[in-house]
Amino acid sequence: MTFLSDKALERLRSSEAADFSGTRYKVREFIARGGMGVVYAAEDEKLSRRVALKVLDTPDANGELTGRLMREARILAQLEHPGIVPVHDVGVLPGGRVFYSMKFVEGLRLDRYIVQLDSLPQRLRLFLRVCDAVAFAHARGVLHRDLKPANIMVGSFGEVLVMDWGLAKILREPSLSGDETLLTFGQKANSESDSTPSTVITGHGTVMGTPGYMSPEQARGETEKIDARSDIFSLGAVLKFIAIGGAQGKSAALARPLLAICAKATAESPNERYAEVSDLAADVSLYLDGMPVSAYAENFLERFKRFYKRHEVAILLIAAYLVMRVLVLLLFRR
Amino acid sequence: MIAAGEYFPLTRLSVLAAARSPDGTERARALEILFSSYWKPVYKYIRLKFSQSPQDAQDLTQGFFAELLERQLLSRFDPAKSRLRTYLRLCADSFALNELKAASRKKRGGEFAHVALDFSAAEDELRAQAIDPASIPSPESLEDFFEKEWIRSLFSAAVEELRGVCEAREKQKAFQLFEAYDLAGEENVSYGEVAARFSLPLTEVNNQLAWARREFRLIASARLRALCGSEEEFAQEAKTLFGVSTR
Repeated sequence: MTFLSDKALERLRSSEAADFSGTRYKVREFIARGGMGVVYAAEDEKLSRRVALKVLDTPDANGELTGRLMREARILAQLEHPGIVPVHDVGVLPGGRVFYSMKFVEGLRLDRYIVQLDSLPQRLRLFLRVCDAVAFAHARGVLHRDLKPANIMVGSFGEVLVMDWGLAKILREPSLSGDETLLTFGQKANSESDSTPSTVITGHGTVMGTPGYMSPEQARGETEKIDARSDIFSLGAVLKFIAIGGAQGKSAALARPLLAICAKATAESPNERYAEVSDLAADVSLYLDGMPVSAYAENFLERFKRFYKRHEVAILLIAAYLVMRVLVLLLFRR
Repeated sequence: MIAAGEYFPLTRLSVLAAARSPDGTERARALEILFSSYWKPVYKYIRLKFSQSPQDAQDLTQGFFAELLERQLLSRFDPAKSRLRTYLRLCADSFALNELKAASRKKRGGEFAHVALDFSAAEDELRAQAIDPASIPSPESLEDFFEKEWIRSLFSAAVEELRGVCEAREKQKAFQLFEAYDLAGEENVSYGEVAARFSLPLTEVNNQLAWARREFRLIASARLRALCGSEEEFAQEAKTLFGVSTR
């Protein structure tokens, strides 16, 4: 038997490079490793545009993994929303590996982008756009199940895109038959320097999602209990991450109503969480507008402070006017 | 032994499942595949970890596989708890430790006459690798060593199978190119050098190599799948095995 040197082993291991010969795509560079496969930046030679290609790790014709990747592509194809990365094409490479092409998003992952944003209102508005995309998916009966900063991209024009729907679960979709649960294999969501916790391996009745972002029912592997409120838990964790300005931020600096929103979204029991993503988004919008939020019962002093903060200019003008009036009255009395 | 050129059984039934099968022929074949894939990593691992002489390491290796059968250790393997490879390494550890503690060891392994264990080749490989046991300082390094040797064993078998496939399909040239480029020693060679050596156009080299690598991947993946305890393990192993950056 041939003895293979270490160098030969290395060559053979990297020979898994996807073979795109005979397709319309020319691979430019490796981007990252996703749950089920590798993502490359490529050029669509027919349309002369840059695309991202997600390719299954191994040839698995008609296999389980192929089914999962295809279903992920189909889910994405049905979720036409500006906040969800669009799929262009699916196919099989000469080596038998299945792939799909999608929009190439130029930008930064949320966890890297957020540290550049100093303004809390700006960060919260960005979060509201994430909520829009997730609410849209929920309206179409699709749960993401792996929402985390590393799975959210912010494009160069500020567009927000929710990525990696490999763990998505279809709640109702007659055209997508079979096992309702889409599962990705793999321990890392991204092979590049991803400092966020990685996606946990999953299987029927077992744990799926990312520690720190997955709901308690997900962490316990109670797949039958997972619904929109599980995504709301993840969104709550994302909100906290965004509000404190990244992993290095401190939650102590956050206002109580905002902390209460995060706490309600990430409540242990699904029944104590927001029922819909739109409810969570509404509370964040109210907070941004300086209005009372449903998650927090404020006392009189807090109500006054908030009222003052919201109408600071008007209150100061009225106060100044009143002071002037008093001064004028006093002067005329003399 | 699996004849060169015979495609590895592309089956959903893993070696593990087959090894537990009531069908004697299937079970024997599964064990043969398992032993032929693991004996060399186990032998080298025992040689290094327990600093055993070649003769003692041979006895321990054969004894370990005998014990695997006698005590039906495979039936105790739980894919949910660990990878098959890790389980076998831990079993080998435990067996070797117990044997070394025992005052006397009985020579076993006659049951494996049907699996050709070429210990002298394994010794040659160890020498070629110029491994100094002292350079392996920690248990983690030994685990890595075992992993690497397992990959080497799997790929070596896949290369042999590819050789047979190429012969059967009269694509010997593709294998020669694959051997010259992918299996070359420590020095990398360029496509141009290979093309010049074989007096072939560069595009021909490119196409032949693409074909050979594709076949190699198919063969190695099929072997890997059969040696995994579950689909999840296969997916993870495939990623570990081939999951390097392909920039």
